[in-house]
Amino acid sequence: MTAFWRVVWIVVRKDLAIEARSRELLNTTVFFALSCVIIFAVSFVREKPLGDAAAGILWVAIAFAGTLALGRTFERERYADTLRALLLAPSERPAIYVGKLIGILSLLAATEIVLVPLVALLFQAGLFSHPLLMGALLIFGTIGFASVGTLFAAMLARARSRDVLLPILLYPVTIPVMIAGVKGTSALLDATPQLQMAGMWILLLVCFDVVFLTLSLWTFDPLMTE
Amino acid sequence: MRKAFVPLLGAAGFIFLTAPIIIARAPFESTMGLVQKIFYFHMPPAMLMLLSAIFCGLVSGAYLVTRRPVLDWTAYAAAELTVLYGSIALVTGPLWARKAWGVWWQWDARLTMSLLMWMIFVAYLLLRRYGGNGSETLAAGLALFGMATSPFVYLSVNLWRTVHPLTSVVPTLPVDFAFPLWYAFTGFLLMYLALMTLRVTLERQRAALDQLFLESDE
Amino acid sequence: MKKIWLNPRVLASLLLVLNAAAVMAQPGQSEFAPVNELTAAEQLPAAPLVIAAYAFVWLAFLFYVWTTWRKVGKVEAEIGALSAQLAKRRP
Repeated sequence: MTAFWRVVWIVVRKDLAIEARSRELLNTTVFFALSCVIIFAVSFVREKPLGDAAAGILWVAIAFAGTLALGRTFERERYADTLRALLLAPSERPAIYVGKLIGILSLLAATEIVLVPLVALLFQAGLFSHPLLMGALLIFGTIGFASVGTLFAAMLARARSRDVLLPILLYPVTIPVMIAGVKGTSALLDATPQLQMAGMWILLLVCFDVVFLTLSLWTFDPLMTE
Repeated sequence: MRKAFVPLLGAAGFIFLTAPIIIARAPFESTMGLVQKIFYFHMPPAMLMLLSAIFCGLVSGAYLVTRRPVLDWTAYAAAELTVLYGSIALVTGPLWARKAWGVWWQWDARLTMSLLMWMIFVAYLLLRRYGGNGSETLAAGLALFGMATSPFVYLSVNLWRTVHPLTSVVPTLPVDFAFPLWYAFTGFLLMYLALMTLRVTLERQRAALDQLFLESDE
Repeated sequence: MKKIWLNPRVLASLLLVLNAAAVMAQPGQSEFAPVNELTAAEQLPAAPLVIAAYAFVWLAFLFYVWTTWRKVGKVEAEIGALSAQLAKRRP
């Protein structure tokens, strides 16, 4: 079992090392998320910002930025043909999946660190009033989105029309995660914050995460086999 | 298997021709009146969409393990039929809802999850069509996720306060309502089997054609 | 034996089963609140809706059977043509 986590750590370290040199993915993803939010801010903010808008806009920006990051991550692997090398390595394949997943989660975490304060500022939304619950929503929501996203991006890496097929496949499956995230965030942003509601949505997100992670771990190997 | 198509189609056709008579003779439901009769043509396709999604997922899983072509053909057919039956449910539902609830659509749990399940299988079809080589395997993976949504679709009415009727309605129907329902359900089911045989035949013939092309190149 | 339990896939599957059990144990919502107050202005005639629903079912099935049948016909015609060609090439 430690061999499993050793492989995970190797994959994560490799990705972090590559990223640390150029910071390409980080910079482009964060800036893209910023642009998304600004477009929304221009569209939805009148004299007073729309009350409910912040929750939806936050999660839409995460979804769009996440999709871009997923595509770029595996494009990098495909370009250098390192994906095949990874798969040929004598290690448990799910370990590669987990390694890639942790890399994507780190990237999305960095993006959200920039995104959440920005949305809170532009839409005057109290996203920091209940930091623990908000953090839980973000963590479990991002895991749900990224777990399916990593699997789909990996399996599409060698397919035709992969750029447009990734969102087409990913969004219907992950919209329930997005809905739970938005509703949970809305519950926290309400005039009288509904903490129990938010807690319920967090539990639902955990449910989704367990289902998606289990499915992904079991199907990663057969799906990457040609 | 191809030979079963015509008899199945005939049986299904007979049921669909006679169903309106039986449905017209069923009693009126007290609060909704005539529009409730859409129920007999809404619930069976919705149920079959769910069952078809599960079937597609199971067959896809089997395909991922064994890689037998016939399983892939069946999965493709099941996905298409999921979209077809889902379309029927998603059109007849709003027609009923317009009168019964006053709105065409509501973003409640049951309706949203059903729409998402339908979209997942539309994405399956797009993947098969435009994904290039190896898309059978990828689509099989997607079908597994589609199957995973089915418990959420079914249980959504019980777990959340929704405007859609509960799952407890159907098992407790009085006989006068239950008979037309299961009669119509049988019709939809026979139609499903008939369409399945036709669609799998298409895939089998396509594979035979590919084989012939390969032979002609030698 | 211990090694199997530590396998991530097995662990995840176990979690999944516990998850499902927890979801099934939830007490469902007890009341279904029907939307009953519709103003008189909202009294739509029901017959067109019912007929539209039935018509759509028929149309959907006809469309699917017709398009699939045609595709089968085309493929079988191509098979026939190709087989004839092959038979000519090597008698």
